[in-house]
Amino acid sequence: MNKLLCLIAVSVLLGGCASVEPWVKPYERERLADPIMQWSHSALADKHREHTLVVREGARGATGVQGGGCGCN
Amino acid sequence: MGVLAASGAEAATLPEDQAEALVHVYQGGGVTASGPALLVRKSMADKVSLSGSVYVDMVSNASIDVVTTASPFRETRTQVDVGMDYAVRDSIITLGLANSSEPDYKASTASLDVSQEVFGGMTTVSLGFTRGADKVLKHGDPLFADTAKHWQYRLGATQILTPRWLMSANVEAISDDGFLGSPYRVARVFGAAVPERNPRTRSSRAIKLRSITDVGSESTRAAVRAEYRYFWDNWDIRAHTAEAGYSRYVQAGWLAEGFTRFYTQRHALFYSDNATTETTYVSRNRQLSSFHSVALGLKLSREFTRVKGQYTVKAHVDYERVAYRFSDFTDLRTGSPYSYDANVLRLYLTAAF
Repeated sequence: MNKLLCLIAVSVLLGGCASVEPWVKPYERERLADPIMQWSHSALADKHREHTLVVREGARGATGVQGGGCGCN
Repeated sequence: MGVLAASGAEAATLPEDQAEALVHVYQGGGVTASGPALLVRKSMADKVSLSGSVYVDMVSNASIDVVTTASPFRETRTQVDVGMDYAVRDSIITLGLANSSEPDYKASTASLDVSQEVFGGMTTVSLGFTRGADKVLKHGDPLFADTAKHWQYRLGATQILTPRWLMSANVEAISDDGFLGSPYRVARVFGAAVPERNPRTRSSRAIKLRSITDVGSESTRAAVRAEYRYFWDNWDIRAHTAEAGYSRYVQAGWLAEGFTRFYTQRHALFYSDNATTETTYVSRNRQLSSFHSVALGLKLSREFTRVKGQYTVKAHVDYERVAYRFSDFTDLRTGSPYSYDANVLRLYLTAAF
């Protein structure tokens, strides 16, 4: 019974993947493309801010920036 | 930003050609660090985008550690980064190399990141790996030399939720192996100064959620962003970071943002302000202590040249004031818990072609 339920659940989930339609159409993304909606405005500014934090705080990582800094002290 | 770039087309879009020039200043707690930085990015044949940057940090250090246990010093750190982005169908593959050099610390990293758009450009999934190798030296002690290695694994997803709302989630695991302290720093045991002793391995995890929402009207564009990160590691540090900002166009071409950040952490297991037992590991590195910080900041940018379809130039000013308050790090000059305020300033120009 459990196996059957699993099979149904997996089928439904996989079926869902096949039928996912973008619910925000490309022509509706104009506002999202504005600079005001960007996480970052400058790679260098991000690098500086990240460096000032990571040399003073115990926490690090998951910044959302590619590459991942340097091991400098 | 790949998510935004996909306007129904099959191929992922490479970053725009860019040039950035920046001057930065950090001043607080007896430390002044400043310097210039430059970045150039250029695409070739719509398939590859090459980037290179140089970042200079000139540090004048008279921090509380230095003042109470050593002599103030000056040094310069130079970091050089090169990168290559390669577009394959709806993926971007990014290779990066970085090299950071100080008189007593050299660090090299190599990284590989892949980002892939799925669900008609609604979602961007990214995976990344960085490998780092450091060489640690000590002024005045030619016999001291050690190394450290670092591994970083990251995973992220950015999701368009509505025509006005984006969210992203990131996780990152970092492992270190080698010399993970400072050859200069001392710990206090029974009131006496002894060289700090740190574990030679560390493993940490961090998870971050971000949201940005357009809250403007047709006439006034405005946005609210918020983010939260939880961090934990096997040195028993636990940290929470929360940040929120509000930005809006104040006039044509002028974008302003006000933001605040709150950070708090619990100290590492082997951190002690003044240890009263002998332990294998002991540190009085205040980066590993219990403290919190509160920051308030303002960003202002002005788009002052625009030739449609050709280039955009913007001038930016970012200012941030940060208050650090330590719970278990005593200012040995006064006997009170240590605290200080810092000012962070960045002036920069960005150009996109």
